[in-house]
Amino acid sequence: MNTNIFLGSRVRLTAEDPAVLAEVFARWDRDAGFKRLLDDAPPMLWSVEKIKEWIDKDLKKENPRSFLFAVRTLEGDQLIGFLDLWVNWMHGDAWVGIGLGERDYWGNGFGTDAMQVMLRYAFMELNLHRVTLGVFDYNPRAQRSYAKAGFKPEGRLRRELHRQGQRRDILIMGILRSEWLEASHIEPVAVPAGVLEGEK
Amino acid sequence: MDIDKPLFAGSLICLAPIDREKDAEIESRWTHDAAYMRMLDTEPARPLSPPQLKKRYEAIEKAMDKDKNLYYFTIRLREDDRLVGFARLHRIGWTNGYASIQLGIGDPADRRKGYGREALSLLLRYAFEELNLYRLAVQIPEYNQPGLALFQEAGFQIEVRRREAVQREARRWDLLHLALLKDEWSAGPHASLYEARN
Repeated sequence: MNTNIFLGSRVRLTAEDPAVLAEVFARWDRDAGFKRLLDDAPPMLWSVEKIKEWIDKDLKKENPRSFLFAVRTLEGDQLIGFLDLWVNWMHGDAWVGIGLGERDYWGNGFGTDAMQVMLRYAFMELNLHRVTLGVFDYNPRAQRSYAKAGFKPEGRLRRELHRQGQRRDILIMGILRSEWLEASHIEPVAVPAGVLEGEK
Repeated sequence: MDIDKPLFAGSLICLAPIDREKDAEIESRWTHDAAYMRMLDTEPARPLSPPQLKKRYEAIEKAMDKDKNLYYFTIRLREDDRLVGFARLHRIGWTNGYASIQLGIGDPADRRKGYGREALSLLLRYAFEELNLYRLAVQIPEYNQPGLALFQEAGFQIEVRRREAVQREARRWDLLHLALLKDEWSAGPHASLYEARN
């Protein structure tokens, strides 16, 4: 209970002033390569104010389906990216997305660490049953990172993307609660007999 | 170019617009059948009253009119125009040329008669030849075997198995993602399903 679940070994998950976040998002948006790895929408450019409006609106929701975190390095306290989790409460399933806008921090394990912190949050705090993600076939670095964090391939959406005249696949990966517990060496706690009956 | 090539009419059924007043009464009855609702999707099953459905029809037509990312049809019998189901293309991504597809035949007595199969073949042709989409996807929980058979027969391939993604009746089920690409549809016998049987 005393673990700080927002803390990884190289990064931590934080909440930021929406104005600060909007500022970096607007800057990262102008990096075409980053945007082509991030999602399947045509890259678009927005004012800092417009982006801040979206973040504010998202934060106002009382029963959020989406959990947005900023990612900061432990060393130097640099804001390098973000993580977002979209939860389907009824089925205990969530989609996760991650983006490191600061290219200097690519390929060094920062993203993997952030994802591991997010998975612990998903399973230990939100009590989800599984987490899902999609990754583009031309992003092997991210695929390796997700595999390292424990995600398993579950299939591919064939030729879902249409970019630069090419049809590309999106790989779907998932991790189950049971897999995460096992990899983390956490024994599922059995409820002692009689406890649940006593609550009736 | 054959301007009279049927677009909305099959041999048994046709794709038709919503009739807000009459359809709401019938569809409300379908939504009180939990098995139907659970086959349709993974949203919480709940019955809907005729007024709720009328509101939904308004919202559907508004989205079709304004957002242009939804194409919704009712399925009616050709002989008497009776409502038997619905079919839709939704979550359309125009830049990538993809959409999700969904259809339902509401009354169990209307199932296994080829209505769904014919509606699907009409909707596929509409999606590929009119909307010029490239890829159609559908998500089916593994417990919906009739739905799975219908889409596989139409040429859809299972692409993804999201393990244990659905929780129903105190157990976990896999969620299957299927898709059909335009090339596959054009090359297959499915493109001419309607013509072949006429």
